[in-house]
Amino acid sequence: MEALASVLGLPLAGGLLLAFVGHRDAARDVNAAFSFATLVAALVLMTHVIESGPFMVWNKAFFIDPLNVFLVTLTAFVGFTTALFSRPYMRIERDHGKMTPRRMRLYHSAYQLFNFTMLLALMTNNMGILWVAMEAATLATVLLVSVYRTAASLEAAWKYFILCGVGIAQALFGTVLLYMAAERVLGSEGGALLWTNLDAVKGQLEPNILTLSFVFMILGYGTKAGFVPVHNWLPDAHAEGPTPISAVLSGLLLNVALYAILRCKVLTDGALHTHLAGNLMMGFGLLSVVAAAFFISRQRDVKRMFAYSSIEHVGLMAFAFGVGGPVANFAGLLHMTVHSLIKSAIFFAVGHAAQNAGTQIMSEIRGLLRISPTVGWGLMLGTLAILGMPPFGVFASEFLILTTAMRVQPWATPLLLLALGVAFASVFRRVQPMVFGESSMQPLAHPPALLPTFVHLGLGLMLGLYIPPYLAEWYRQAAKMIGG
Amino acid sequence: MNALLSQFVNLLASALLMLSFAMISQRRILSLIHLFTLQGATLVAATILVGYATNQPHLYFSAGLTFLLKVVAIPLLLHRAIDRLNVRWDIETLINIPTMMIVGIGLVIFAFNLALPIAKLSATVARGTLGIALACVLLSFMMMITRAKAIPQVIGFLSMENALFFAATAATYGMPMVVELGIALDVLVGILILGVFMFQIREQFDSLDIRHLERLKEE
Repeated sequence: MEALASVLGLPLAGGLLLAFVGHRDAARDVNAAFSFATLVAALVLMTHVIESGPFMVWNKAFFIDPLNVFLVTLTAFVGFTTALFSRPYMRIERDHGKMTPRRMRLYHSAYQLFNFTMLLALMTNNMGILWVAMEAATLATVLLVSVYRTAASLEAAWKYFILCGVGIAQALFGTVLLYMAAERVLGSEGGALLWTNLDAVKGQLEPNILTLSFVFMILGYGTKAGFVPVHNWLPDAHAEGPTPISAVLSGLLLNVALYAILRCKVLTDGALHTHLAGNLMMGFGLLSVVAAAFFISRQRDVKRMFAYSSIEHVGLMAFAFGVGGPVANFAGLLHMTVHSLIKSAIFFAVGHAAQNAGTQIMSEIRGLLRISPTVGWGLMLGTLAILGMPPFGVFASEFLILTTAMRVQPWATPLLLLALGVAFASVFRRVQPMVFGESSMQPLAHPPALLPTFVHLGLGLMLGLYIPPYLAEWYRQAAKMIGG
Repeated sequence: MNALLSQFVNLLASALLMLSFAMISQRRILSLIHLFTLQGATLVAATILVGYATNQPHLYFSAGLTFLLKVVAIPLLLHRAIDRLNVRWDIETLINIPTMMIVGIGLVIFAFNLALPIAKLSATVARGTLGIALACVLLSFMMMITRAKAIPQVIGFLSMENALFFAATAATYGMPMVVELGIALDVLVGILILGVFMFQIREQFDSLDIRHLERLKEE
């Protein structure tokens, strides 16, 4: 299937090409062009799936099903808009002397390779390759986190590398155990790590091995998803790297890590016939939501604050999938989509706001509306959207999650409401004076990229009011597959 | 014949465990690198032996890959790094070895208990060694937590990778080839990036002490 090959091949080719020419001025456009071509390929792939349903290619090595088709499109889309945003953003960074030509080359090349690793992780059918791609995603971004070479960014990158490396090593042990269970049923010939094969025989997998395997998997991939208490790397990495990278780490990588856990959960549920996997996800999810909400209230750095907000939302998604059932799973998948869109939009606005102010400390960013109304409105609307105000999509998914929780797990509802309330109060209190009020900041030298921000917010708004029928159908099918 | 080979695999597995303990209690960076190389070599020997005992030729390939990566390439890179960073004779002083040994023994007991019900289900000649593999993972983990310098932390990380490789051999005769190649690629790229990092850290802080990297905290 050519569309699938191009979705994988284009960012890989882009990464290799930009490794040689990424320092040129035109590299910003080349980067955006590769991301655009990837998006077109993903859209072709999507229409193909709408017309003729899920499929597998090349000896079952890659597959597209309702659970990953929308994530692939979302990844390609946010990858493209972020590349658009990074054109003026990186130009301003270079003018400020923060990016040398060598760093620009590293940035552009690693950006494309990072997109490649995420798309590979989403589309591979092989649980081992999924692991390899997740580790490669860390490797692709780790040097970008430290690209400014400040003491804080080096520390953030070192933490990111070591903590995610250790975390993902646990997931490898989980994968080994999964393979061991699979081999007993499927034999050692090649296909024993293919998810579709495992899914077909999941009832016969040895429950003891699968239990231990899932515990290691959720710890490992959970580190990358930013579950509390293994989240320490996340706020540092999101705050210290360049803003386009914060946007894709928050908007995309967390989704991919959660996706990996979901694939494992389906297998574990099938083998165990208990709610163990769901309970673990609910526990991690709830802990992340509550802890992150209280961490949010103590932040001074704007990117750190929104990084903690990402932990909160990932926790909410994990909780939804842990509760399970058609409605909660549907809400979790919807939340994955809108959170990606809105959170990356916020990071776009925050990036320009921090460039305006020359700092990321919130108390020093004031009166954005005076200097650059579009950045100010982008940040304000994005903040309202992520805090769950209607009519944005986050409201719809949070409403579904909360009402299901009330019905199925009533004890968790007050905790969730408390956390959402604390998060609302702390974030709004900080963002309001940043947007309104007087200001002494200077306007930016180049016009900021605001199209991506408002396109994302528009899509987030649309998903709150209207979900396209095929998307809703994928959500429903994926929700059924994830089970309860 | 098979029983004898199986005993040999067990012997090599216990050698791996011993080496893990030796690494925990080693203060000198140079000796740590030697121990790591030795651990890699033991892993290669164990993989070849399992491959021979069970007639699984792809394990020879996997052993070759491990040899090139863990016994030749990575130790070479580490030696070059410590020369250029001028830390060849560095000694890490702030570790309490007796306590670490006792905690380590506790970890081994825990790992054996965890792996016991699972290991029974494995059909390989090396099934008894799954507990040892898990113990090595946990010991390397502990080493990473307790070390304050960059290179010992990295060696802890790499020895965890070794232990995971051994777990794959012990439990399932190794992962499918494409996965193994992918993992090897990740490890190689990872070590190169870590090398770049060490120079960046050194340039920034004039030392490789990770304690400089503890400023980003929640106040």
